[in-house]
Amino acid sequence: MKSLQPILEEHPFFKELEPKYFELLVGCASNVRFEAGEILFHEGDQADRFFLVRQGKVALEMAPPNKEPMIIDTVEEGLVFGWSWMVPPYQWHFDAHALTLVRAIAIDGKCLRKKCEEDHELGYELFKRFFSVVTERLQHTRVQLLDVYGAQV
Amino acid sequence: MQGNASTATTQPMIPLPHRILKVRRETGDVFSIETQPEGDESDFHFVPGQFNMVYVFGVGEVPLSISGDPARTHTLTHTIRSVGWVTQALKKMKKGDRIGVRGPFGTPWPFQEAAGNDVVIVAGGVGLAPLRPVIYKLLAEREQYGNISILYGARNPDDLLYGKELEKWRGRFDLHVDATVDSAKRGWMGNVGVVTQLIPKAISDPDNTLAMICGPEIMMRFTVNELQKQGIENSNIYLTMERNMKCAIGFCGHCQFGPEFICKDGPVFSYERVRNIFGKREI
Repeated sequence: MKSLQPILEEHPFFKELEPKYFELLVGCASNVRFEAGEILFHEGDQADRFFLVRQGKVALEMAPPNKEPMIIDTVEEGLVFGWSWMVPPYQWHFDAHALTLVRAIAIDGKCLRKKCEEDHELGYELFKRFFSVVTERLQHTRVQLLDVYGAQV
Repeated sequence: MQGNASTATTQPMIPLPHRILKVRRETGDVFSIETQPEGDESDFHFVPGQFNMVYVFGVGEVPLSISGDPARTHTLTHTIRSVGWVTQALKKMKKGDRIGVRGPFGTPWPFQEAAGNDVVIVAGGVGLAPLRPVIYKLLAEREQYGNISILYGARNPDDLLYGKELEKWRGRFDLHVDATVDSAKRGWMGNVGVVTQLIPKAISDPDNTLAMICGPEIMMRFTVNELQKQGIENSNIYLTMERNMKCAIGFCGHCQFGPEFICKDGPVFSYERVRNIFGKREI
């Protein structure tokens, strides 16, 4: 069977990661595929993995009470999503569904947490990368909250 | 004989009468009006980036960017968001009504500098309107430019301007068009997120790319940051500024922006020229 290592090495999220870590990551990784419309997970489900999107588009949704679900972000090829696996109680904070056919690498969060506990350098490296993603998303969310395209009266 | 109805250089303070040919609803609060100069002076020439002062008789005057095709000199199109007295009065007007037009005023987008380079157009909300004439001109002279990208951000799918044209442009092989919205209901198949997220995919050769931006100032600030992150020089980033233009010829000072008058020195500026005052709250 073909190893997932070359795919992980090529993914922008792992750019310049020390080669020795790829073997560890591969041990927690699996290839996944979702058809258009398929639900990846629901808010409140156990967040047991994160995804590196290789192809397609995923919609992240939140459902306000008594209102239709709203898409709050979309994630495409080359991007990573899901950081709830890092923070207790390890539950998803939004729904995710495939807008198109999605091919991705899923990385088992429990498996990776164990490896990060054993090797803090790997843990620090991954936290730096995730922190950068979280910061970027937080900035984007703040701009979205400003409603900059609304009428300036 | 047909003359030129552009009055900016000859009689800049006198509005010339235009007859409304069409009022078209674009989104909930945005509409376009197409007008034609009256009398012998039936041509109106402008360069993309310029604006007019549009007068609703008995109500008042507002600065409006020109959003139509610069090659179609018989008619003039403005796309307007109804937010104040004058624009609300414009929204109520019908075919055959008369308005006054002074202009065109201001500086154009930098086509000479763009020639031979890739061009990235980044628009936010109703900011696509002043960039639409740019798109018409770039497409009319397509062979003069490298890759052309149009990146557009709006509040939600219903607020996307010029939907049919966006679709048409998106279908062209020589144009990269991408749009995103701040939020959407289920069923929207496009992007959700901020417009800056579209930028990395649109730039392949930053040393030879010129960017033109129009949108709310905060959106332009984030866009400039992302363009810089992608390696585009400040001197290759252009943006169009908006202030309270009144006289439109640099006399009254209403649109002063630091040492510049937006009506006369702008509205299109290179970022290099305004970077020390751009984004300053006090200015």
